[in-house]
Amino acid sequence: MTLEKILFQPHNPKSAGKLDVEFRYIKGQKHTKEGSNKPPWLNLTNNQNGSFIFEFENYSDLQDCRDFVGKVLAKSGEVSEKPTVAHPDVQLSAAEMELRIKLLQEDSELQKLHKQFVLSGVLTEAEFWATRKKLLDREASKKIKQRLGFKSAMVSDIKPSTDGRTNKVTFNLTPEIILQIFAEKPAVHRAFLSYVPNKMSERNFWTKYFRAEYLHSTKNSIAAAAEAAEDEELAVFLKQDDILASEARKKIRRVDPTLDMEADEGDDYTHLPDHGIFRDGSKEMTESQNELYKRTLSQDINRHAAVVLEGRAVDAEFEDTKAVAEALAQSKRESSNKGEPDGDTNRERLDRLSRMTEIEDLQGSNNLPLAPLCIKDPRDYFDSQQANALRTSRDALGGTEQIKCSLSIPEVYSSLRESISSIKAMGWKEPIVKPEAAHQVFDALTNSISNTKHNIGKNPQESVLDRLPRKTKEELLHIWTSILELLKHFWASYPITTSYLYAKVNRLKDAMSNIYPQLEEIKGSVPSEFRHQVSLLVPPMHQALDAAIQHYEASMQKRSTQSGEKPNGYV
Amino acid sequence: MASAPSKLYADDVNLVVVLLDTNPFFWSSSSLSFSQSLSHVLAFFNAILTLNQLNQVVVIATGYNSCDYIFDSASDLNRSYENGRMPVMSSSLLQKLEEFLIKDEQLSKEEPDGRIKSSLFSGSLSMALCHIQRVFRSGALHPHPRILCLQGSPDGPEQYVAIMNAIFSAQRSEVPIDSCYIGAQNSAFLQQASYITGGVHHKPQNLDGLFQYLMTIFATDLHSRSFIHLPKPVGVDFRASCFCHKNTIDMGYICCVCLSIFCKQHKKCSTCGGCAGQKKRGQMCDCRLEILHLSP
Repeated sequence: MTLEKILFQPHNPKSAGKLDVEFRYIKGQKHTKEGSNKPPWLNLTNNQNGSFIFEFENYSDLQDCRDFVGKVLAKSGEVSEKPTVAHPDVQLSAAEMELRIKLLQEDSELQKLHKQFVLSGVLTEAEFWATRKKLLDREASKKIKQRLGFKSAMVSDIKPSTDGRTNKVTFNLTPEIILQIFAEKPAVHRAFLSYVPNKMSERNFWTKYFRAEYLHSTKNSIAAAAEAAEDEELAVFLKQDDILASEARKKIRRVDPTLDMEADEGDDYTHLPDHGIFRDGSKEMTESQNELYKRTLSQDINRHAAVVLEGRAVDAEFEDTKAVAEALAQSKRESSNKGEPDGDTNRERLDRLSRMTEIEDLQGSNNLPLAPLCIKDPRDYFDSQQANALRTSRDALGGTEQIKCSLSIPEVYSSLRESISSIKAMGWKEPIVKPEAAHQVFDALTNSISNTKHNIGKNPQESVLDRLPRKTKEELLHIWTSILELLKHFWASYPITTSYLYAKVNRLKDAMSNIYPQLEEIKGSVPSEFRHQVSLLVPPMHQALDAAIQHYEASMQKRSTQSGEKPNGYV
Repeated sequence: MASAPSKLYADDVNLVVVLLDTNPFFWSSSSLSFSQSLSHVLAFFNAILTLNQLNQVVVIATGYNSCDYIFDSASDLNRSYENGRMPVMSSSLLQKLEEFLIKDEQLSKEEPDGRIKSSLFSGSLSMALCHIQRVFRSGALHPHPRILCLQGSPDGPEQYVAIMNAIFSAQRSEVPIDSCYIGAQNSAFLQQASYITGGVHHKPQNLDGLFQYLMTIFATDLHSRSFIHLPKPVGVDFRASCFCHKNTIDMGYICCVCLSIFCKQHKKCSTCGGCAGQKKRGQMCDCRLEILHLSP
């Protein structure tokens, strides 16, 4: 299977073995992680639970392909055109891709823009999302970062199901339960790691374990001692957990005496039955050899509580016991490595203290301490743009004319004061306003108000857009937002300093030229009573595009005159 | 800050703060003479005061070099200017106006030609807002305030920043700014002011009937505006002026940090002094001003 064919013909990736798969049938994809020693493989699973494995030349190609497949899958089987030969820029993590796909699914406007520009090659993914970092951050912070902890209920203390007829009992073990058992009883964990699969099968191991549990529950320490003497492996389960004991002793040593002045070796009791309290104040000599095999309920509960509070060291997404055991062992090794050097314990303790005061996974995302910018949605200002169309025509007549004043300063002031004195002397003019003038004004005003009411709507808050049929309104707004998006990228690319920007500007200009026919189409498709309003809304969009294209052409001209020799047109 | 509803009078009681343009350069070249416009405007003030017994009118003169209060209907000083020819209030207003013009003339100094002869609109707008704030904090019951601008002078681009700040604070205090523009061209600042604060902007076509315009449109109190239809402008001119030359522009450069607007590309932003060696901060990027508009 050659690489090129697959990339460029996604609908029918042809290979030497004539593999012809449409993306409709591809259900999902998996890939090998970069950095592991495995070769770069992309595994596409299809509907019938088969899978296709593609081997790539290198990881960046794998990434490109993966991105592309991800996009196609996200559009739920939509067939797209020529794939974007993506720049091998930022390598996206799976989480980042997920966020983007989620955002696209939630906001249909965004999805339309994305489809229009990114999939048709006008903008790249990176450019599209560059201005939307805040949206992505907000999505990311919504995900809960806390890990699910252990249950408070003692899951490890499971009850078997009995089959009424025979004497067999069946225990149901799930990876969760196994994880808890290993966490609470490190001796069992150690035994598992050493015995299985060398000495005995897993089934055997658990059978012995439950036998030991049964013996404990009967509180028959004599029988326990007897069985332990026979079966050495069983003895492991029946004895006190020596790993626990040594850990407890270590913890006592690490207690900060400045905080707890009373702590000493006598506090090392959690692993002893009855908390090391002796009945009747004396040791019972007869039980001494069986003491090893006793275990009390309080011990179990304390140990379970301690484990729950410690938290989950590994995420239990495992399918088999072996994996669980290994993961737990690995995490224990890591934590013990960290805690090893005794000289560092002080620093480590202080570290722990400072970490304990802040519960990181409960904190919100650390946003900027500044007040966020509130930039209004440009769509709100869409219908107010009409003024600009009228403005340009009026400006041509001399908009920036200043007041032509040939008088000097004292003269103007004195003329003003004269008017005041004249009015003071003469009183108000009778009548203040001529009836004809007033009548004419009143008529004109009422006419214009009723006209706008007719055109725009009764509600003074309503805009021109709301009067148009919904489809037209949506199309117009969509074109407007796409124009804004294109212009944003266009203007940001100037001044052109690299060939990348040059190519980008060309692409954007082509996309902008395509918008003109779209506008014409809309104008033509609108029913006649709205045609006038639509024709009022269109000119500002034309203006914006015209200005951009003018600038583009001017800069192209400048470039071609300046640098005749350089074929690439670098500045 | 808007006051609690219990502090307000009945619905239609208004406090109208009027900003009267007294720019001598404008009036000397206007088609409507100052005395004629004064008669329209003074009659209009009386009309407002008769609409409701509790209405108040405060007039601030927007001069060429300074601004000042010239009339307050709630004050008791009006009695001293008796003049048989016209109502007492009007004569006191005229007297104060004359005194203001004398002071204003004394402040004037020789200026180079070519400067746009605009009035100090930003100053009077700020004074109006301060007065309204004082009314809010007076503790007693007070009427709905609004601002009415009677302007004819052209926009002074050097006042852009101050005017925008005043407009935003009016928006925050929920004080609508109405504007009646009697000059020749269009005023972008007044249009923006009315648009943002929810007031009404109108440019009368027939200045002989100015009184009628004022009565029909600008006498409406705030409560009645929810059911009385007022003329709506076709669109708003959102142009800004650049911070460096104070020219009106519609395409320019914006500083990424403080969003100041410039007409040419600069290495360093003069408002926030950004850049400081780091490429990200203070770097300029093009943005089409027509499209973006900031709000608090």
